[in-house]
Amino acid sequence: MADATKQSIDQLKETAKAIRRLIIQITTEAGSGHPTSSLSAVEVVTALYFGGFLRHSKVNPRDPKRDRFILSKGHAVPVLYSALCQAGYYTFEQIMTLRKLGSPFEGHPNMKQLDTMEASTGSLGQGLSLGVGHALACRLDGFDSHTYVMMGDGEMGEGQVWEALASAEKYRLANLTAIVDQNGYQQTGATKDVLDLKPFAAKFDAFGWHTQVIEGNSMESVVEALTKARAVTDRPTAIISQTKKGFGILPVLEPTGDLNYHGKPLSKELAEKALALLK
Amino acid sequence: MMAIGEAAGLKLGKATRDAFGAALKDLGNEFPNLVTVDGDVGNSTRTEVFAKAFPTRGFNVGIAESNMVGVAGGLAAAGKIPVVSSFAAFLLCNAFDQIRMSIAYPGMNVKLVGSHAGISIGEDGASQMGIEDVALACSMPGMTVVVPADAMSAKKATRAMLEHVGPVYLRCGRIELPEIYTADSPFEIGKANTVKEGKDVTIIANGLMVGIALDAAAALAKTGVQARVLDMHTIKPLDEEAIVKAATETGRIVVTEEHLMAGGLGSAVATVVARTKPVPMEFVNVGDTYAESGDPLGLLQKYGLTAEAIVAAVKKVRSR
Ligand SMILES: Cc1ncc(C[n+]2csc(CCOP(=O)(O)OP(=O)(O)O)c2C)c(N)n1
Ligand SMILES: [Mg+2]
Repeated sequence: MADATKQSIDQLKETAKAIRRLIIQITTEAGSGHPTSSLSAVEVVTALYFGGFLRHSKVNPRDPKRDRFILSKGHAVPVLYSALCQAGYYTFEQIMTLRKLGSPFEGHPNMKQLDTMEASTGSLGQGLSLGVGHALACRLDGFDSHTYVMMGDGEMGEGQVWEALASAEKYRLANLTAIVDQNGYQQTGATKDVLDLKPFAAKFDAFGWHTQVIEGNSMESVVEALTKARAVTDRPTAIISQTKKGFGILPVLEPTGDLNYHGKPLSKELAEKALALLK
Repeated sequence: MMAIGEAAGLKLGKATRDAFGAALKDLGNEFPNLVTVDGDVGNSTRTEVFAKAFPTRGFNVGIAESNMVGVAGGLAAAGKIPVVSSFAAFLLCNAFDQIRMSIAYPGMNVKLVGSHAGISIGEDGASQMGIEDVALACSMPGMTVVVPADAMSAKKATRAMLEHVGPVYLRCGRIELPEIYTADSPFEIGKANTVKEGKDVTIIANGLMVGIALDAAAALAKTGVQARVLDMHTIKPLDEEAIVKAATETGRIVVTEEHLMAGGLGSAVATVVARTKPVPMEFVNVGDTYAESGDPLGLLQKYGLTAEAIVAAVKKVRSR
């Protein structure tokens, strides 16, 4: 197992920018997809893959001793394809085939197509249960692997998530970390208007999880939180990552009057403006 | 690639989900007990058109399909007519037991509407494609299952399902479809429409495949084969009379649908044919596979839901 790459905070910030550029490029080229859902998650995904947290191997992506990252909010998969491209798994040309017929870079993660995808997701609410399964298996096999699962704040409306929270606590899965990308929006509006589940932290606490609430678009906060999560040895850990949907290109979204901008790619013109911001 | 219905000389119209949403709003005053229950996708299923016009009667419970269906069951028990909608995949698959226990078993007057059915949703890929929804819906005793072929019939189906007392599943699609019907065409739950007369073979279709079946019939006509095209918009209860008539008069049947082979229109028709008037049959459908991301027409091509595939099936069934 290759050791996880470990970049400095400054390097991580540059990597995050590069990943943001890729997200814009591939979704605009595809003409569909969820760029803003991907953008809010960039710091966490960047820190996981490049900050020394996720042990993964290009030679053997399904190495049983690897750490796992399950993207339960599967519609944000452009962030994952972009991070893996940045990590050298795929070329730019490959991920530019996003959502095209025959491409393995599908609109939602497909683990039968790509051995880097830990789960086939896209029906929200299911990733954390899979994470519980991985964590149980790793413990059973005596591996020190850690499993990370990222969910959306809208996704937290699914009952299955809360069933998974309870079972993770039952088995005291210290090798499991749930990350809620709390970007404040879901498909039809602000989460506070559609289904307000705040405060998340009190709920996770009540379920017996170790809980941190952080500024999820601050690389320093993310790295600190992931470090702390790994130090917990007696129970599952949660990171409530307070982010902004579309973080990094908000000045481009503001004039459109739609700060959610859910499930829409940027036009070529807006994409150019966004890329200029991410220089 | 030709548009659906182009070979048959049809003009492209609205998507069935658009027609459904608009119809719901138009029926809001006539059906004061009509309410909608959504799971954060009302802007996709188009119930938002109703909910914006009747804000106190539209409920959005968030991304929580099981709860959404249960809430609808309660609303119905209290005398409301809930229209509960999501993507076909999430509605039927995610909340199946809730539909079974809270709606089908007690026979609640709930209207289930699944949008984004079939592989023609395109780029979002297999996780969002309802291709088993019809089988699941048909499996439940007492459920009425309707799959309209164009915007006009989706509009009429919306009224018909509200007038019908009991659970109904209405299947809608994402993409624009050719206009097959006019305002005065008939639409009755459980009664197939003959959209083209013919004596040599019958193509039984529903949903988006009706337009494609008409394209196939146009191609067949050029080779001297007169195909009858039946729009079997209601799978349950099935129009047995029309099926027996087709078997008797044309002696050959091809069934086509944008759904898995298992448990769809093809299985339902075959059951009737086997029991009443056995004749050779062929099937054009998604088969036994999940699809993938891609453009809608490219996907229909790749997964064999084309006029050419229907023509080939007709040739095959006629050679048997
Ligand atoms: C079970 C299920 N229901 C509905 C959808 C449709 N859908 C896709 S993304 C989305 C909103 C997700 O919101 P959130 O979890 O907050 O993620 P964000 O896009 O804000 O990152 C919805 C409702 C789905 N994919 N799965
Ligand atoms: Mg969100």
